[in-house]
Formats: sequence, C-alpha cells, structure tokens
Amino acid sequence: MTPGSARGAGGAAALAWALPLGVLLATLAAGFALGLWASAWWALLGIGFVCVVLLAQEVESRLALRWRGPFQRGLALGFPLSLLLVWELLAGAGILNPRWFPPPSQIAVALWELTVTFDRFNRSSLIGRPWLVPEVAAEQGWAGVQALVRESHVWATLSRVLGGFLIGALPGVLIGMVMGLNRTVRMMLDATMSAIYVLPKIAIFPILMLVFPNPFGEGPKIAVVAISAFFLVAISTMAGVQGIDKVYLEAGRNFGASRWQMFRHVILPGALPIVFSGLRLALGTALIVIVAVEFVRADRGVGFLIYYYWQVLVTPRMYAALVVVMALGVGLTALLQWVERRVMPWRRN
Amino acid sequence: MSAKIVARSAEKRFQTRAGWMTALRDFDLEVAEGEFLCLVGPSGCGKSTFLRILAGLDHATGGEVRINAGPDPRQPLANVVFQEYAVFPWKTVLHNVAFGLEMRGVGRRERETIAGRWIDKVALTRFVDYYPAQLSGGMKQRVSIARALANDPQVLLMDEPLGALDAQTRAVLQEELLQLWEESRKTVLYVTHSIDEAVFLGDRVVVMTAHPGTVKTVIDVDLPRPRDLTVMATPEFAALTGAVWDALRDEVRRAMAEQA
Repeated sequence: MTPGSARGAGGAAALAWALPLGVLLATLAAGFALGLWASAWWALLGIGFVCVVLLAQEVESRLALRWRGPFQRGLALGFPLSLLLVWELLAGAGILNPRWFPPPSQIAVALWELTVTFDRFNRSSLIGRPWLVPEVAAEQGWAGVQALVRESHVWATLSRVLGGFLIGALPGVLIGMVMGLNRTVRMMLDATMSAIYVLPKIAIFPILMLVFPNPFGEGPKIAVVAISAFFLVAISTMAGVQGIDKVYLEAGRNFGASRWQMFRHVILPGALPIVFSGLRLALGTALIVIVAVEFVRADRGVGFLIYYYWQVLVTPRMYAALVVVMALGVGLTALLQWVERRVMPWRRN
Repeated sequence: MSAKIVARSAEKRFQTRAGWMTALRDFDLEVAEGEFLCLVGPSGCGKSTFLRILAGLDHATGGEVRINAGPDPRQPLANVVFQEYAVFPWKTVLHNVAFGLEMRGVGRRERETIAGRWIDKVALTRFVDYYPAQLSGGMKQRVSIARALANDPQVLLMDEPLGALDAQTRAVLQEELLQLWEESRKTVLYVTHSIDEAVFLGDRVVVMTAHPGTVKTVIDVDLPRPRDLTVMATPEFAALTGAVWDALRDEVRRAMAEQA
C-alpha cells in the first residue's frame, strides 16, 4: 500500500485502518484464548508484525509532511523499546521462561550490581570501581590505582582489543599499500594472504599459546586479535590502492608529482575510504575474537564474565555482560567513525 | 610564428590480446605557437592517444612527437584538462587548483595567491573551500580548467573536457574558455567529437581518419575573434561545420562498420 492511496474513497480508508487492527486484535485474542502461544508463537509474531507495519504506514500517510520525520525517528526508537516491553511482559507472565530469558528490568538491575560490586571470589569488578580512586591513590599511590584498573573486566577486554587492533592494523595498512603498489610483491603474497584470510583466527590460538613464554598471559590474546586485524586490513588496503581511478594517477603524473608526492597526494587519500571500511571490519572481528578467547582462557574480560555467569547459571548477569559487549562495540565503532570524519573531511556529507 | 607542437610520421601501436593494434600511423601535424587547434575524428581514431603522448602519459612507437620548449626551463610543457572530472575529490577547490604549483615546489603563500586568482577568473570565488562532491559538473570542470591554467603550461591539452556536460552548461563554458584563452593566447590542442564546438573554438580544425588515425583534412576557421555564441547563427559558421562534416562523414561510417 502506498501512502496517500487510502485518501481516495472513504470505505477503502476505513478498511485500511480496520483490517490490520482487527487482525492484530484477533490474533492476540486467539493466541491467549486457544493457548496458541506455546506451539505457534512464530506464526502469531509474524502476523502481528505485519499488522503493526500496516498500521504504522497508515498513520504516517495521514500525518502532515513536517511530522513524518519525527514519526520515523519515533518508529526507529519506539519499536525496539516496545520489543523490550513485550519481552518484559511475556517473561513476567511466564510465557517466556525467565531463567533463560530474564526480563530486561532484571538485566538492568544485574548490570547495575555488576558495576558497583566487587567480586571477592574472582577479585574483580566490571569497571574497576573508579569511585575508590581518590582514596586508594592517597593510601597506596599509583600502584593502588593500577591494581584497580587491573581488576576491571571492561579494561581487560578494551586493552586487548585496542592493543591488538593497533598492532595488527598499522602493519596491515603498510603491507596492503605495498601490495597494492608493487605487482611483484602482490603476486608473491596474494595467494598466501588469501589462504590465511579465510582461516578462522581463533583456530591458531593454541599455536600462539605455545609460542609465548607465558601461555596464559596477555601476549597470545593480543597477538590473536592483531593477526585477525592484520589480514583484513592488509587485503582491503590492497583493494583500495588498486581501486583508485586511473584518471587521478594520470592527473598526478601530468602535473609532475614525484613518487612521494604521488603517494601522499593521490594514492593515500584515494585508498582511504576502502582502508577505513577494512578497519571497521577488523574492529568488529577483533571484538568477536577477543570474546571467544576470553571464553576459553582468561580470568578477566567481558567474555570471561559471560562464560562465568553461564557456568554458575546467573543468567541476568550473563545478559548484563552481553549488554556490555554491545556497548563496547558501539563505542569503538563510534570512535572509529569519529577518526574517519577527521581524516576524510571530504566525505562528511 | 614558429611551430610549438610537431608530429612527424608519428605512429602508435598497442599490443592487445588480439594482436597488434595501430592507433596512429603516418600522423603529421604542426601546431603554431599561440594557436587554438581542434582535433575531431570518429571515436577510436587515436585523437586522445595523440594527446596522451603530448601529455607524457604515453609514448609514440615510431616517428616523432615533440613540444618545442620555451626559453624558461621551469615552465611546464603541457598540462591536461581531462575528459572525466579528474579533479581530486579529497582536495578542496583551492588545493586542487594549486596542485600543479605544489608539485613544482612553489611556496604555500605564493601558490595559494595564484590559485585564488584563477578561481576568481572561473567564477568559483565563493566555493574556494568546497570539496568537488559539493559542486555541479560544470563547476568541477571549471576547477579542472583552472588547475591546468594555474600551472601556466606552455601548451594546454584538452581531452573532450566538456563532453559530459549538458548542452546549456557546455555552451556557457565554451564562451568562458574562449575569454580565458583570449587573455593568455596559449597554444591549445583541443580534442572533441562535437563539430560545432571545434569550429566555434578553433583557429583550425583537423579531421582525422578512422583507425589507424592519420590527418584527413585541415580546415581553416577564419571567423573573426573575439567570438561569442552568436557566431553560430552566421552562414559562414554553417558553411564551415558543413565542410567539417563532409570530411568526417565517411570516416564515421567506416568506424561504425568496423565496430559492428
């Protein structure tokens, strides 16, 4: 249905309202009355979703033009919020088992508890109890503050992701540039790189644990993140350099650019958009890899938290840790986008 | 006046998967100092190839192609206004126009003053700090023209620079280009496939044969200068475009037959 088509005949307009609303209410009623939720929840959800979409479109088509923008933003925010509300209600009513799917309110409480409490058993906390910093600094000095930072799960994950990402991405950009510019190097490395590229990097974690003197330390964890980032960044940088429109290279040559000037003024800025899409991919992958590594072999980190609260079956805290991983992902991506806007001002709009 | 550009039995052959392809053969041409010369021919006749050789982006495989250098060794030989919008998307209008000067090591203050002057001349003063993505096609091509002229080359090479523009923008830019040229009277080699454009802009129009490209005819355009678009309505203009078309028609047919 197109917006505005309902404005034609009165009967059709009424039907456009009544039909989805009626079907929605009938579906809900049937679901509860006949006890269909348990067996056919997927069908009920599907029908309900279609009806909600139709109703939302109907509402939008009746709004004045200047209200449509706010309405769409309202949908973007309101729909996930109402999903959370439905989850809350379903879990509260016992339709969703709160043991596996604890209601969002419980997860929020768990997140708050995780943030403010110190786990005596693991000697750890979520963000390192920053409110203790002035006190500890006065009593124990710098070493005390460092101990606080070390007990933090968020800091453990963040330092591994950022450290590994930087250690992997910088040489990745360099090697990728060389591969893009030099055909001989590309021929020599391309097949090897492509072969390693498809290997799930978590699979080489055991090797890294053998290589490093302390298999349980930070070394192998940071290394596995760095290796994951390196190949993604190198391959996309190479593609970015090769994808530069020939006409820009010719313009550079015609205006007498030296090798270095060519790199600085044409090749580097020309490849940057693809380099950054590689960096974004690498950052996402880094987060995946570090969570997986922390499942296996860590006593700090958000991945460890998820796994630990699964083992002791405190599901709200497990979900709270998942929320923290999501927040880390969103935050790191936003940071990268901020860098991207600074480095490539010409792509701002 | 002496010859600025000289081509003697120039030849260009490419190696393709199907074998050797001859783009230019027995190509003879002299362009006088300060002349505006237009090169027309069917597509694929090698007119852009000739321009690329002059620009130093390609080499002739036989014969001779050269630009006679002027007295100042620091003045660049030839700069190109490219077919597509080859202005750098990552540079502002100012930095695009100053590009050639920057590559030659001209200091920041000086190159930005020179670039600013050319930006004024192509009426982009308001857009100095804009990026190309924020400009229309016509404005981008003005940047490209200013970039070449700001570098003050001995020869200006233009490879169908207005080909991608709509008819009105194109007409406006043709007039602007003539005005700029009247001020400097640089040697210009202008490749186009528009007969009207060639006759309107050029002192001479060189018609090329279908490939391999050689010079078929040279038509002198004796329309008075300075010209504006009203000249296109005169019978003399019609006679000249008619003459160019007569020379070109068979070549275009041949080129089409070969491509089919």
